[in-house]
Amino acid sequence: MSMTATQAPKTTAKSSRVLRSIGFVAMPLLVVIWSLVDLTLGKELVEWIPYLASGFSMNILITICAVTLGTTAGVLLGLMQLAPYWFVRLPAQIYVQIFRNAPALVLIFATTYIFPFEIVVAGNYLPFPDWVKAVIGLAILSSAYIAEITRGAVLSIPTTQWEATKGLGFSRLQALRYVILPQCVRRSLPPWMNVASSMAMGTSLASLVGVHELMHAATDASTAVRRLDFTIIAYVVVMAAFFTLCYPIARLTRRLEQRFNAG
Amino acid sequence: MSASTDSAIVKLENVHLSFGQTQVLKGIDLTINKGDAVSIIGPSGSGKSTILRCINALVTPQSGKITVAGTRVDQLTKESERIQLRKRVGIVFQQYNLFPHLTVLDNIVLAPTRILGADKTATVKLARELLEKVRLSEKADAYPGQLSGGQQQRVAIARALAMKPELVLFDEVTSALDPETVGEVLWVIRDLIRDGMTSILVTHEMRFAEEISDTVVFTENGKIVDYGPPQQIFHSTDNPRIRQFVGGLSGGGRGAVRDGEGI
Repeated sequence: MSMTATQAPKTTAKSSRVLRSIGFVAMPLLVVIWSLVDLTLGKELVEWIPYLASGFSMNILITICAVTLGTTAGVLLGLMQLAPYWFVRLPAQIYVQIFRNAPALVLIFATTYIFPFEIVVAGNYLPFPDWVKAVIGLAILSSAYIAEITRGAVLSIPTTQWEATKGLGFSRLQALRYVILPQCVRRSLPPWMNVASSMAMGTSLASLVGVHELMHAATDASTAVRRLDFTIIAYVVVMAAFFTLCYPIARLTRRLEQRFNAG
Repeated sequence: MSASTDSAIVKLENVHLSFGQTQVLKGIDLTINKGDAVSIIGPSGSGKSTILRCINALVTPQSGKITVAGTRVDQLTKESERIQLRKRVGIVFQQYNLFPHLTVLDNIVLAPTRILGADKTATVKLARELLEKVRLSEKADAYPGQLSGGQQQRVAIARALAMKPELVLFDEVTSALDPETVGEVLWVIRDLIRDGMTSILVTHEMRFAEEISDTVVFTENGKIVDYGPPQQIFHSTDNPRIRQFVGGLSGGGRGAVRDGEGI
């Protein structure tokens, strides 16, 4: 994470430096110093770190899967909302309006209980793990957000661009693919990153339906150790971990925004 | 518009068009021969641009016959057929409408390679030749946002020519430019007409129209009031309305052209 703070305007550089030092310096430092002062605490923490790390890898996995799935579906839904035929447009509009306004936790609970715990494919019983259900829940939410981002981006392209493609003999789909969507990518990256980072934070909700992720792991650990100071330190570790997951996304967003403001 | 109909590349017969309640074209008859340069002049709102848009099927008239390069444009029912026509008829717009996410070279290369399936290497070579023709060779790798209005418009002309059109429509191509850059665009169009490109121009540049046109058409209120060689329209017409329009403009040069038109 080598930040080129020199490129950013002064105030942003300053605030991001403060933020970065809290996330990457203050929180880890607190954990390390506390562990050294009370070595019994440090010993417990070292023992539990691999368990917490295995939980955190689940958060990363869910984030990546949900954002990938949500983006793919969202772009498609966004374009469907702009289709000239009502039977394409209407289902997409209904989907987006329903799920855009649903809380993430509700969707995760819904997918957990709606989908079976295993599925039968050609006589074989395949497990349908809870984390996949959480992925679907978050993907549904992010797809609805991203559909709106895509729709907004396409509509923000001046109609003269469509006219120019028409004059050159582009079909509607060719115009979308070669001229309109490439311009949309630039415009919709910052809001897309917002969705991505809120999905990253939303993965912690999966602990509530029993997915073994970081929050779940921290709760397990604190129940097992039964020490107040350990519980506090464990959740500081959780915070620091989420920070390292979201900070790069937020950072990248800001940098892209700056670039587009300049260009 | 003498000569036989055999050499006619564009033929409009009794074309009527309205947008909602507004009648825009009220019976247009116009024949344009291959290799001709035709200027359409007249007050704003007289239907000049709409005539151009009929020719490449960007709008469809309610009645009348339109024949362009052997195609009955008014009988085209499918969008795919209109697209086929537009590949053969170039159009240059007032606002240039370049693709801002692509370099100058890519703006020119995009349509021939993606839409016509032309060979990439050959098209790049052609694009460089065209850039030389419009005197912008050194700007091949620049982005539209880095160019002046006049430069962008010349790129737009090169982009239209890269499709190797059978005729080119110029829709008030200098109206959005500042007076200093109008000249460089007109220079390019003049070259093109000398090379024998069939060109139809909607223009407010009276002196230019007089200099380069084979035929000048004067429209008002959706009708063609008169047409003929520039000499006749600009200097020896009997029609008092044309004399008033032309006389009010040509006297004071460019500045007067602008004021008189109330752009």
